[in-house]
Formats: sequence, structure tokens, C-alpha cells
Amino acid sequence: MSSPVTENPTGTGTAAPGEQAAGTGAAGTLLAYGRNRLERARGGELGSAPAVIGLIVLVIFFAIVQNGFLSLYNIANLVTQAAPIIVLAMGLVFVLLLGEIDLSAGTASGVCAALMAVMIVRHNVAWYWSVVAAIVTGAVLGYVIGWLRAKARIPSFVVTLAAFLSFQGIVLMQVGKAGSVSLPDQAAKPIITLEGYNNNLMPLWLGWVMLAVVAGGYALVKLRIAVSKRAAGLESEPTLVTVAKTVLMLILGAVFVYLLGENRAIQQNAFFNNLKIEGIPWVVLLLIVLTVGLTFLLSRTRYGRHVYAVGGNDEASRRAGIRVDRIRISVFVLCSTLAAVAGVVQASQLESVASNFGAGNTLLLAVGAAVIGGTSLFGGRGRIMDAVWGGLVVAVIQNGMGDLIKGANSQAWQWIVTGLVLLLAAGFDATSRRVGRGDAR
Amino acid sequence: MTETTTSTAPRTAGSGEPILQLRSVNKSFGPVHVLQDVDFEAHAGEVTALVGDNGAGKSTLVKCIGGTYAIDSGEYLFEGRDVKVHDPRDAAALGIEIVYQDLALCENLDIVGNMFLGRERLSGFKTLDENTMERLAGETLAGLSVRTVKSLRQQVSSLSGGQRQTVAIAKSVLWNSKVVILDEPTAALGVAQTAQVLELVRRLADRGHAVILISHNMRDVLEVSDRIAALYLGRMAAQVKRSDVTQTQIVELITAGRSGDLGLQPGTNGTNGNGHAAEGVNAAGGTGVLDALNAAEANKTDADAAPGESGADEASS
Repeated sequence: MSSPVTENPTGTGTAAPGEQAAGTGAAGTLLAYGRNRLERARGGELGSAPAVIGLIVLVIFFAIVQNGFLSLYNIANLVTQAAPIIVLAMGLVFVLLLGEIDLSAGTASGVCAALMAVMIVRHNVAWYWSVVAAIVTGAVLGYVIGWLRAKARIPSFVVTLAAFLSFQGIVLMQVGKAGSVSLPDQAAKPIITLEGYNNNLMPLWLGWVMLAVVAGGYALVKLRIAVSKRAAGLESEPTLVTVAKTVLMLILGAVFVYLLGENRAIQQNAFFNNLKIEGIPWVVLLLIVLTVGLTFLLSRTRYGRHVYAVGGNDEASRRAGIRVDRIRISVFVLCSTLAAVAGVVQASQLESVASNFGAGNTLLLAVGAAVIGGTSLFGGRGRIMDAVWGGLVVAVIQNGMGDLIKGANSQAWQWIVTGLVLLLAAGFDATSRRVGRGDAR
Repeated sequence: MTETTTSTAPRTAGSGEPILQLRSVNKSFGPVHVLQDVDFEAHAGEVTALVGDNGAGKSTLVKCIGGTYAIDSGEYLFEGRDVKVHDPRDAAALGIEIVYQDLALCENLDIVGNMFLGRERLSGFKTLDENTMERLAGETLAGLSVRTVKSLRQQVSSLSGGQRQTVAIAKSVLWNSKVVILDEPTAALGVAQTAQVLELVRRLADRGHAVILISHNMRDVLEVSDRIAALYLGRMAAQVKRSDVTQTQIVELITAGRSGDLGLQPGTNGTNGNGHAAEGVNAAGGTGVLDALNAAEANKTDADAAPGESGADEASS
């Protein structure tokens, strides 16, 4: 297990690994921090690093080979394409943390979205009640699935495969002969239609406020933790690292907000001549709220700790007095609830719900996103940010591949490449797991 | 119980009132009479080794103490009071902690997370109070003079077997436990790690905990224990002071149930009386007898050195 002593990448030959005295100076703590991170990486805890690197490589690649990939219009498009995948993947992270799988998440989002659409269109229910109904339905579906897994002890693969099939049938029934239910153009805006034109983008000033709040909040929380840790005499993240991360976030965020603040309307004919499309899609705010909220839930609460514990060793968790069955049910509830949210987001983007909504490769893309982001298929390892990074990777591949290969095989290649990336990520996962357990020989 | 953490259970004189006492405990599983009129006691500040061949009833006895099984008949006295223990939670409430052989740690959590698993500290807004937990975990490990772990934020998956055992034991101490039961703590460890863990076991007792050590390893038992309780086919063959017996006597107690005037005497206690049970367990433990004998052979060379060491230990405790 003990790997050979390698050179410290942080530079300076003075700090040999294994050296005891952690210097009191800033350089010393930085070195210690870097060494710690390196050791974790060697132990198989790579986190989202591969996904982030992959994302950068992919973006550079597509920017070079494909004209218009980095156009303003396409950047906004990318974000909204990624949104439903990311939300779905966030739910799957919870299920995957327990080493379970939810194959029905995609079609569950279909059931919920169809319910919402039918309520709005055919029964004239207010859009907000319809959204609430969709989300509650998601929670109920998740409870049933979780109960069947935890109490009836049917493997989640089978339970959710069955649910996957029957949910598809339910969507067919809901949508009916028409083949799709079109959402009204204006009635549901601006909240339902999280993406679209005109009045459903965030005002420019709000984009900047959002950036300030996110970056400032991040720095504040991190620094507060560091201060309290230091007060308690414990190791903490060096201030310099926190500052660097915040600055990086600010720069990237500012570029993003600035670019999306420009008018990105493609003025091709006289009819659209004075059309202005500028601002950040509301769905970005939704993603930020979900990311912050769910990350808090997983990493700072007792519930989150127990989710990890059950995923790591359910017998140990049971002996520690954790109600394992409840945790198991709860992750399926969370997953299906988030699937419902994803369904609402997707439906509002498409402005309709078709009879194959959520079927096909929806689920696979979301699972792929979570795994590519660094969530383990074997349980016990994963974070909400994994879904974000992985979802972006998947969306970039889809978006970039879409136009890369022209002709009939375009779609085919898109699927093949996505599949290969998923396989690569799963291979990474399996290998790092073996390395982490020390039996990679 | 949740308030006090690093336990400094009051030292009581080792030879005084036992903190845990079982009197003529019986336990059957259907027709199999696994424990027959077993008497057992553990004293604060002492290591009581529970030895016996495979199938002698060690685990059953421990599970009765820990509340996994309820006893059929007999008395269960804790600190002199008659108590009913029907559930692991009852035992935990009394201050009895069991460290299982398979450790029950979550490999994906760090040391702090594992030590506080299921009993996390919360601060305001119901968030995990990581700082307090880390500090208390650090204090507990330091109190046990554990210096082998580099960082408390290390994942358990990166720890060696000995370190894991250390974490599991430290976890049991964190909760102001009075009785700590260790199930084969050195079974899967190398020589150096075994020494570390045994040292820790000794320290637990020195800090005033009553330690019950289950072990197959004669060398461990001789090195660390103050009292030895030998089970033989579901009966307590003898519970003696370590200083009063030799290794040969212990091995005889384990394998034959008696050694000279020690242990179960034929006729009086009637090993014949429980013939059915005896056959049942004997079949299961057939190979174990040979193991014990072999172990005895292997350890003979150490027999001269061992009493001296443990004698010194006893004097200090």
C-alpha cells in the first residue's frame, strides 16, 4: 500500500515527504496542504479533478474544431442543456452514495412533467400548483421505490427497472393520443419557463448580485470555518488557498456573467431585428440554490453523515444506531423528487411534454454525469458538485458532437462517444477504488 | 452519557466488587444448551481474558452481556444492581461497549467521523460540530497514548489493520464506557501491531475500565490479562487470577475443562450431564482443540519470559 516516495510537486526540494515539522509560516502550511492533497489523490480520492480537466480539454477541443462552439448563443444554450441532466444527476448522487441505482429517475421525471403539463393544459390548474403537484408526486414515487428496496428487500436494480418500464407506460397514458402536450407560451412564464426568450432571463444587475453573493458567501463560509478551526487548534485549509479559489471563482463567474449580459440574438431576418437576448437564464439560479442546499445537507448535517456511513458500511451503521432503512428510503425519495424538478425544468425548456419524455438515454446521461464527476458506483463516495461538473461534461459532449460530424451518423457518434466517456469514468472509479483499498496490484 | 466523553471512570480496587457479574446464566438455542450455569465477573481496572475452544460459548456469552441475546435464566448484575439487558441499547446505556472482530468502521469516513458515528455532535442550526468532535477524538486518542495516526481527518481506508483496531477501541472509550469487550482484537494483526494493540488494552484497564478480552492467542492472554475465565463446552471451567496459573494449566482448562483440582471435576459438576450439548459443540470445535494444543506447543518457548512480564504488569495495576 505504501507507495514509493515521490517528489513533491509543490516544488522546493527542502520539503521531503515524511518531514515532520509543519512549518508555522504560510509556505509551510501551504506545503503541508499540498502534500496532504497529493496523498489523498494517491489514495484514490480524486474528487472532481478528472471531470474538471476533461471539461477544460473538451471545451478547448471543440472551440478549435468547431466554429461557433464558444459563441455567446451556444454558451447560454450549453448551460440550459446541462441543467436537467445536472438536476437529475444530483438526485442520483444520493442513490449512488448508498451503492444503489435508480434506473427509473428519467421516466419518473416524465411522469411528473406530464402530470404538470396535463394539469395546466387540460384542467386549467395554476402553474404553481401544478409544479407543486409534480414535485409531491416525485416524492411519493420515490417513497414507494425506496420502500420496496428497503423493506421488501428487492434489489434496487430490479425495482427501478420495473418502475422505469411502468412509468413509461404512465407517461404514454397521460399524454394520450396526441403524442405530446404543449405548454402554453405565456401563461406559465416566467418561473416555469426557466429558459426561453424575452422576459424569462435574469435582469443584468441580478447576475452580478448573484455572482457577488455566491463568491462572497463561499469565501466567508470557508474563512469562518478556518478561523474556528485555528481557534480550536486544528488543521485548516490555508487562507491563501481559500483566497485563490475565491478569486478564480470570481474571474470565471465575471466572464460568464459578462458574456451572457451581451446581446446574443442571432439577427437573421427582419422580423427578429430588434430582438434582444441578454442575461442569465433563471435556471442557473436554481442550479446554484440546489447545489448549495444539497451540499450543505450532505456535508454539514447528521443526515448527510449517515448517508455516507450507510454507503460505506451498512452493518457498521446499524450497530452505531443509524436507522439504515430510513436512510435508504430517503435517498430514493430525494432522487425522485429531484427527478421531478428536472422534469419541470426540461418541460419548460421544451415547452412541451412528449410521450417519450424522460425515456431513452435521459437516465444514462444523468448516471454518466454523476460518475464522470467522481461519484462512485460502489457507494460511499460522491458529492453534489460531481453532478455539476459531470453534467457539464456530458452537455459539452452532446452540444459539441451535435454539429461536429455532419450527416446521418451525427447522432450515432454522439451516443458512442458519450458511452465511451461513461465507460472511461466507471473504469476510473473502479481503479481508484482498488487503489484506495490498497489492493491494486 | 452524551455529555462526558473522555472517560475517566473511577478507579476501583481490582480485587473489590466486580463491576459486571453474571450468576448461573443459561442460554439455549432450541435444543442446544449453549451456556450452562455460567458464572462470570469482570472488575474495573482489570483485563479479564475470556478463553475457550471454538464452540465453547464465548461469543454467546459476550452477546448475552452485550444484549444481542437475552439470557434464559440467571442473574445479570451491573455495579451490584440486578439489571435486565435485552437489547444492545440497554447494554450501551449501562456503559458496556463491544468492539467487534470485524471492527464495524466505515472506510469512507475519516477517523473523527467513525468515532462519533451515530452520536454526532451538533452545534447551532443542527449542523455537525466538526471542531468539537475532532478535538474530543484527538484528546481520547492522546489519552490512550495513541501516536500512530498522522491525521484525524484521514479516511479509515488508508489506515493499517492495527490503526483501525486502535480507532475502534478508542471509539468505545469515547462514550464513558465502563466495560469494554474486545472480540479477538489481534486476530488479523502482525507482530508489531499486535504489541501496540495489547499495550492499548493494558492502558484501557489502567485507566479504570473493565476490559474483557476474547482471544485464541495464548501469548496475548498471558501477556495482558489479570484474570482468566475459561469456558469449556458451555460451562465456566474456572475463573482464576493470571498469577495463580501456568500456561499449561490454562491450555488444559481450555481443552479438557480441568487441570488438577482446577476446573470442572468429573462427577461433581457432571460433564456427563450435558452430554447432548457437549457432543453438539464438540463436533463444531473439533479442530480447535488441535489448534490450541499446537499454539501451546509453539508458545512453550515463551512461557519462561511471559510470566515475568505480566507479573510486572500486575504489580503496577
